[in-house]
Amino acid sequence: MLPKLVMRQAPSKAMVYLSPVLALVLTLVASIVLFLIMGVSPAAAWHAFFLEPISTIYGLTELVVKATPLVLIGVALALGFRAGVWNIGAEGQLILGGIFGGTTALFFYEKTGFHIIPLILIMGIIGGMLWAAIVAFLKTRFNANEILTSLMLSYVADLLMNLLIHGPLKDPDGFNFPESRLFSDSALLPILYEGTRLHIGAIIALLVVGIGWILLSRTLLGYQIKVIGDAPAAGEHAGFSPTKIIWITLLISGGAAGLAGAIEVSGPIGQIVPVISPGYGFAAIIVAYVGRLHPVGVLFSALILALSYLGGETAQIKLNLPLAVTGVFQGLLLFFLLASDVLIHYRLKFTQQATL
Amino acid sequence: MDILIAAILTIITAATPLLFAALGELITEKSGVLNLGVEGMMIMGAIIGFLTVNQTGSVTLAILASMLAGILTATVFGILVLVFHASQVPTGLALTIFGLGLSALIGQSMIGVAYEGIPKLAIPVISSIPILGDILFNQDILVYLSIFMVFVVYWFVNSSRPGLILRAVGDSHDAAHAMGYSVIKIRFLAILFGGAMAGIGGGYLSLAYSPLWVEGMTAGRGWIALALVVFASWKVGRVFMGAYLFGGITILQLHAQAIGIGIPPQVMSMLPYLATIIVLVLISSDRTKIKLNAPASLGKPFHESR
Amino acid sequence: MIKKTLSIIAFAASLTATGIASAETKVGFVYVGPIGDHGWSYQHNQGRLAVEKELGVKTTYVESVKEGADAERVIRKLAADGNDIIFTTSFGYMNPTNKVAKKFPNVKFEHATGYKRGKNVSTYSGRFYEGRTLLGTIAGKMTKTNTIGYVASFPIPEVIRGINATIIAARKVNPDVKIKVVWVSTWFDPGKEGDAAKALIDQGADIIMQHTDSPAPLQVAEKRGVWAFGQASDMKAFAPKAHLTAIIDDWAPYYVERVKAAMDGTWESKDTWDGFKTGMVVMAPLSEDIPEDVRKMVKEQEKMIIDGTLHSFQGPIKNQKGEIVVKEGETMSDKDLAGMNWYVEGVDGTIPK
Repeated sequence: MLPKLVMRQAPSKAMVYLSPVLALVLTLVASIVLFLIMGVSPAAAWHAFFLEPISTIYGLTELVVKATPLVLIGVALALGFRAGVWNIGAEGQLILGGIFGGTTALFFYEKTGFHIIPLILIMGIIGGMLWAAIVAFLKTRFNANEILTSLMLSYVADLLMNLLIHGPLKDPDGFNFPESRLFSDSALLPILYEGTRLHIGAIIALLVVGIGWILLSRTLLGYQIKVIGDAPAAGEHAGFSPTKIIWITLLISGGAAGLAGAIEVSGPIGQIVPVISPGYGFAAIIVAYVGRLHPVGVLFSALILALSYLGGETAQIKLNLPLAVTGVFQGLLLFFLLASDVLIHYRLKFTQQATL
Repeated sequence: MDILIAAILTIITAATPLLFAALGELITEKSGVLNLGVEGMMIMGAIIGFLTVNQTGSVTLAILASMLAGILTATVFGILVLVFHASQVPTGLALTIFGLGLSALIGQSMIGVAYEGIPKLAIPVISSIPILGDILFNQDILVYLSIFMVFVVYWFVNSSRPGLILRAVGDSHDAAHAMGYSVIKIRFLAILFGGAMAGIGGGYLSLAYSPLWVEGMTAGRGWIALALVVFASWKVGRVFMGAYLFGGITILQLHAQAIGIGIPPQVMSMLPYLATIIVLVLISSDRTKIKLNAPASLGKPFHESR
Repeated sequence: MIKKTLSIIAFAASLTATGIASAETKVGFVYVGPIGDHGWSYQHNQGRLAVEKELGVKTTYVESVKEGADAERVIRKLAADGNDIIFTTSFGYMNPTNKVAKKFPNVKFEHATGYKRGKNVSTYSGRFYEGRTLLGTIAGKMTKTNTIGYVASFPIPEVIRGINATIIAARKVNPDVKIKVVWVSTWFDPGKEGDAAKALIDQGADIIMQHTDSPAPLQVAEKRGVWAFGQASDMKAFAPKAHLTAIIDDWAPYYVERVKAAMDGTWESKDTWDGFKTGMVVMAPLSEDIPEDVRKMVKEQEKMIIDGTLHSFQGPIKNQKGEIVVKEGETMSDKDLAGMNWYVEGVDGTIPK
């Protein structure tokens, strides 16, 4: 009586919404073992991971702050992945956005004006786009695989940031420590809710979700992206230019990652520091896929992943669980989320005869 | 001259873990599966190998254990992507998160534990040949194994019948399926081989390269291995070249710093990454050749009933 | 409605921050690395364990907290969770710590290696360069090739201070000695740290020093038959022969003292930069392989540093061009030491800027 996966005639509408719920339930069940081994009550651990972090208004705003860069990058990466463009170097593009945006903020040190913040964000976008443009150029001109170039350029970006923060960008009054000045108030993103760190980046992220959704479902470009991704030959036959799609998707994802970098430095961080991202560029790849490469899906998956990060901190604080447990727990959660989607296209069939 | 030999010896140890993991990933990718979880499999190999040598004192068992750890970690990936049709890219990334966490959990008791490293295996007589003897015939067993595996994988991919089937599955799973080959089974085996090699590569880190255990000690080498497969445009010989190029420049820039040239160290540290990009650009310009080597079904899921 | 909820939360927070606190003291720690790094964060965690053991208070830690946007949230969470005193143990936590401290005036904060203080924010760090002076003396006496190899992480003042203290001391006992520095651009990558040590040995260094976290350079020294020193903790287990001694970061006495002060209400904001004298910096046992006269000399130096008759940076000190920067009879001020970004005479290479 082994269950067997049988392909459905049509994708299950119900499972589109039910499979994440199922994944969550499976994660809870599977994690019982993990938490019992660690000597904590599973109920307490689940509470720490999923409820405690968002049990206060402040916690909720922090969830949004944490999810914002993931949403921004995840939506844009999803476009590229749909077109079969494997930009796995969003982390580097984010760093360049931080450098460009942050340098702009420092340029306007102790100056005021409403143009400063838009300029920071635009420069961030430009920085990210430039870094991604290298990838696009090498891909379209020299046929160099973007998996390698984008990944390698991430390491280069990290070292470039390091070079600059130990040199020209460091605080002149900062005892030669690798940190920039604190940005002036005019270069800090407006706060949406006083007393928290919830900044306008959250609204920008929501806008990006909307734009991404319209772009994918309502525009010719979105159509071209999908066709080129699903059937490159058909796309080329229809006269769509793969080169153009490569450039556009890379510039979009690079620009979004750069924007995220600028938002991080002028938002929750408020200065340039050697490490401005705990790996958002890489996490956003997971976010894009768990969100099924759909902008609205990305929004939800970013919130789930962000919650698991916050939950990991709470689990350490409340239950003294080492961070390693969070890694295992996140791994389980992602495994189940990714595997449960199988039920959208397949159903379980219990065969009567024993399969030998 | 002495410095050159010494540098080459260091390059060999730096390249070996990359070579193991990249050779494994090459086979996985040849079957049409992209496993981004190399880092996770490597780190599992590192901790289990170290734990085993610490508990049993046996190098052989430790190497086997790290291989097994890689295989088991890869099994998780294989089940998810082949049985449950999970997307390969995020599943691989999730595997890395999982592996880094689990290895840290398992390794808590191994922090601060010392091990002198697996012994060198000098091949009698010829290891005393000047210059070449030390470089070629006075290494540890895993270095020999890594070179041996280059030939094995080369032969397997290019000259063996199973290798032909593997490539057929990677190029067009539907056609291979139509010919009666079990796509799922072949891919599973390729994933497991990738895991085994990544596991040994990780084991090399904790048993020979820097024989100790600390959390996250792979420090991104799994990612480099992944990039090397792409760099090699899926050719076995070029994987070897890539691993030694990357390892070589990493070591040479350290030497250049020690000599004292006035270039910022951050720029020096960029060199291996930049060199890899530049060489890739130089060897990629022939579009059609690359297309021939790249597994056409890479990253695409296979649905049997279609 | 939201306002009301918020005020309830604020009220609850103030309760946990003050009322319950007096009943049972809670101590929080924030680490930049995993406690399994066997280096910087590991040593801070040893300090935390000592606090638990000696004072019987409840402690909490959060490990691998990145120095970007995450730090402020974690520190704030610890504060809101009713911790009475919170130790933030990396330079990059400076601004987040001070931001949170303003919002939680009743919580005491202790920030390691920074320079911004507040009414409820203290700073503390170790004068690890005092230890480097002893290492420099041993190295200067024991090197045969007159070359010390230095595996360095990032060009921050702390690391540069260590390099300078080493060479100043080494040159006093051996004017011909030189230091070669290799930067690995990481605190933590055992493989790369070991490779750097190999490169340095290949280029003639017969003493290896490090300012990175893992014992890998020591293991390399052991295999190659050269001398080396442990970093942050006694690393003799990793290199029984090569390990001459080690500079140990011992945070335990300070942590116990400060938590005690918080408990009995005597805590006040201050800047602590302690070395041998208070035991924040401790030397591991000296190896028998160090000649007896050198061992005696080093012990003597340690005593002199403790009683103030010897300072690691007392003049004359020359820069790389040979110009006198600190005159005979003067010592560098703490302020100049804190921001040190130039090499003294005898260091090969330039400081990355």
